[in-house]
Amino acid sequence: MGAGHAHKLYRRGDSPVHGLPPHTKLVAVLGFVLVVVTTPREAVWAFAGYAALLAAVAALARVPVGFLLRRLAIEVPFVAFALLMPFVVPGEQTTVLGVAVSVPGLWGAWNILAKGTLGVAASVLLAATTELRGLILGLQRLGLPSLLVQIASFMIRYGDVVTDEMRRMSIARRSRGFEARGVRHWGVLAKSAGALFIRSYERGERVHLAMVSRGYTGTMPLLDERPADRAQWAAALALPLAALPICLLALLG
Amino acid sequence: MTSTPSLDVRGLAYAYPDGHQALFGVDLTIGRGERVALLGPNGAGKTTLVLHLNGILAAGAGSVTVAGLPVGKKHMAEIRRKVGIVFQDPDDQLFMPTVREDVAFGPASAGLRGAALDAVVERALEKVGMAGYADRPPHHLSFGQRRRVAVATVLATEPEILVLDEPSSNLDPASRRELADVLRSLDVTVLMVTHDLPYALELCPRSLVLSEGVIAADGPTREILSDEELMTRHRLELPFGFVPGSVA
Ligand SMILES: Nc1ncnc2c1ncn2[C@@H]1O[C@H](COP(=O)(O)OP(=O)(O)OP(=O)(O)O)[C@@H](O)[C@H]1O
Ligand SMILES: [Mg+2]
Repeated sequence: MGAGHAHKLYRRGDSPVHGLPPHTKLVAVLGFVLVVVTTPREAVWAFAGYAALLAAVAALARVPVGFLLRRLAIEVPFVAFALLMPFVVPGEQTTVLGVAVSVPGLWGAWNILAKGTLGVAASVLLAATTELRGLILGLQRLGLPSLLVQIASFMIRYGDVVTDEMRRMSIARRSRGFEARGVRHWGVLAKSAGALFIRSYERGERVHLAMVSRGYTGTMPLLDERPADRAQWAAALALPLAALPICLLALLG
Repeated sequence: MTSTPSLDVRGLAYAYPDGHQALFGVDLTIGRGERVALLGPNGAGKTTLVLHLNGILAAGAGSVTVAGLPVGKKHMAEIRRKVGIVFQDPDDQLFMPTVREDVAFGPASAGLRGAALDAVVERALEKVGMAGYADRPPHHLSFGQRRRVAVATVLATEPEILVLDEPSSNLDPASRRELADVLRSLDVTVLMVTHDLPYALELCPRSLVLSEGVIAADGPTREILSDEELMTRHRLELPFGFVPGSVA
């Protein structure tokens, strides 16, 4: 693939993981997350096992650990929330480093942190090895309604166009001596936002015209068929299938 | 006339829903393989006329016929395939995430798939000299490249007539010339709406002048551009220092 839609999370490469059809990877990640979420939080060792599985996938995809860890930063707000739990959740108390915290709160925090981190890490790996366009086509193959697929596709295509328009408007404002400082100037910004909305709306009309002119009748033709063969499905599903026995052991144990 | 003309417009009149009448009985005929420029001042009704050619706007009175097929609800899919319109802003025209998907859109809508589709896309991109760009997203291309891809998206449906709205606008001189080379190399009928009179002279042996909703002149481009009285009457002006008679 050429310079497709590289998003910030994507990392170009030609590893076996990159090469899998996007929809198989989507199913694999979903399966993995389901298994992780089902695992009882007390089975601490199980989560270590899942982490090891993800590490193996990362190694196979040649995604460096540093890259992965930095992308995990999306998780920070949840971490903050989880860290509050031991202090606010009522229940049996214990002391950690001389501070009184609640036991159910601690388990709750651990639960969120462990499962959240694993889920986010799996998604980051998916995003790091799949182009945005591929993800959307994958969702389409998995039966995401065509309308949603179209909306998502247009967001990719026109995101930059609209941002660019926004930037030009901002330059035009500043060239005429406007700096947004404080509430007094919000009116101007609101008017610009309104103008941007109208411009985007009108562009939408023109794009629709162009689509109709080329035979659009309401459905997008599905291009880029990338059916998955048995081996590819097996490779993708290896992740959730390896996680499953860990989960079962934890549930029984 | 031996063969059916590519485009035949008879007595076409149209008023916008707000009551503004833009076309007052337009008559024109364009033969197969001709390259014709449509000139006229701002607001003359050129874009309005273009939108009638593939049935986006429905005639208030009169008729449009494309290669013998009347434009109307009955043959809409066929008409849309036969009339390839390249709009002025390539960002409106190129709405798919990659060049390849965009060029494939028209033929795929018509049901083409697989290797046949790939071949059509390949051929269309080659014709405009953009074969190496299939996997690029349109917004990473230069304006001139986007304009050429826009032409390819339309060529992919193998149209009977190619209609371009202001093809040379916003192009630098080199891109403008490259597009001219592309247009000259095609063997389709071309109707080119333009304010760029030297471009019209360079590419189109024949010109039509649309003014206030009617065809005010129809003849060899050089003669029209040399007719000072006609030009002034219809607010047409040549660029400074340009003398149509002196261009080879
Ligand atoms: N959607 C609309 N509703 C009402 N009137 C319109 C609409 N679009 C265009 N008009 C009017 O119809 C007339 C013809 O417009 P048109 O866009 O066809 O002109 P044009 O020849 O393409 O001009 P330009 O060279 O500026 O592109 C103009 O007077 C215009 O104001
Ligand atoms: Mg116009």
